[in-house]
Amino acid sequence: MNIKQQFKEGLITQNPVTVQLLGMCSTMAITTMLFNGLGMGVSVLIILTLSNIFISALRKIIPNKIRIACYIVVIATFVTMVDLLLQAFVPALADSLGVFIPLIVVNCIILGRAEAFASKNDIAASAVDGIAQGVGYTIILVVMCVVREFLGSGTVMGGLLELQDGALRFGLGTAAGIRVLPEGIPALGMALPVGGFLMLAAVIAFMQWALAKGEKKKNKEVAK
Amino acid sequence: MGDLITKLLSISLGAILVNNFILAQFLGICPFMGVSKKMDTALGMGMAVIFVMGLASAVCYPINKFLLVNPALYGDGPNLGFMQTIVYILVIASLVQFVEMFLQKAMPALYSSLGIYLPLITTNCAVLGVVLLNTQNNYSFIESVVYGVTGGIGFLLAIVLFASVRERLEFSECPKAFEGFPIALVTAGLIALAFMGFTGMRIW
Repeated sequence: MNIKQQFKEGLITQNPVTVQLLGMCSTMAITTMLFNGLGMGVSVLIILTLSNIFISALRKIIPNKIRIACYIVVIATFVTMVDLLLQAFVPALADSLGVFIPLIVVNCIILGRAEAFASKNDIAASAVDGIAQGVGYTIILVVMCVVREFLGSGTVMGGLLELQDGALRFGLGTAAGIRVLPEGIPALGMALPVGGFLMLAAVIAFMQWALAKGEKKKNKEVAK
Repeated sequence: MGDLITKLLSISLGAILVNNFILAQFLGICPFMGVSKKMDTALGMGMAVIFVMGLASAVCYPINKFLLVNPALYGDGPNLGFMQTIVYILVIASLVQFVEMFLQKAMPALYSSLGIYLPLITTNCAVLGVVLLNTQNNYSFIESVVYGVTGGIGFLLAIVLFASVRERLEFSECPKAFEGFPIALVTAGLIALAFMGFTGMRIW
């Protein structure tokens, strides 16, 4: 087993968002505060792992011709379960993500991993792949949330923590976040759709730069 | 009657400009980025999306109304509303398949111009999104269809604008790290900024 290799691919060299360029709708739409990004990331992580395990277990039964339809039914089932669980236990998250929870069904990351990995590998490897890719997705969401929240509304940890009467208060989805920049300074644009596009462009550009640099270093070592 | 027309007009204006599916709601970004390298493919994709979004809205409305949440079937007890996501995505997937087979037989010219874009529409979140939003907003049948079609027109507008800018991007120089995808995202962001100018527009 090469779990280390799989995690390296999921987090860096084959990161679902920045390298495979999948699942961009949710990445840009909901990353306005940390709570949303973390909630979305964990939901996708859970659904991706479960659907990977399930599809891998069924990979010899599913007929090749209708496999996409079968994958979609499996994914939609898990999405519905997560949707209902969130509405029951974390209603604040279900409210703020809104239509983007059911839309995980058409998140290309999950269908893409089902087609490219789970349908060809055994259950354990597929489970690890789901976790690695899910964590890679969550990390990108969290990075985007932190930067956009800081620049757009001047707070950190929105939806998780807030300062009240000098004490830290934990409030899932209700806390306003800790104000870092005074009012009036943050650029509202970063919290609007424009900010989503620009932020994702910056993250992908950074990733391309970092990967190219790593490649160059490797080539140099080989040349030596 | 006048009320209905005003309402339909304001839905259309919202779907095309103010709450554009791509540039304001982030629905359908994948095909928006994927098939906008050339003008004619972008046009073909836009046309296909208008068609499927209108059709999906029209088909999903009665299914939801008469099968999933019909009080005559379930009384006051729990209904099948929780199945909406699964049912909608299956309806959309089979709808796309039918449309593909129908076009192949009836209009081969249109079929070959749409080509591979039709099957791709199944996983276009704008299509599932419009159906889910119809349900969420409690739109009537006519409102749903109008929202679907005008949402598709908004998609067409955005993707055609973007494709025409992107054709020129190929020949311009930019920092190496931004080459390819990131610079396209920045361009899309600037178009979104321009569309923000429509915010607050309303029909009284």
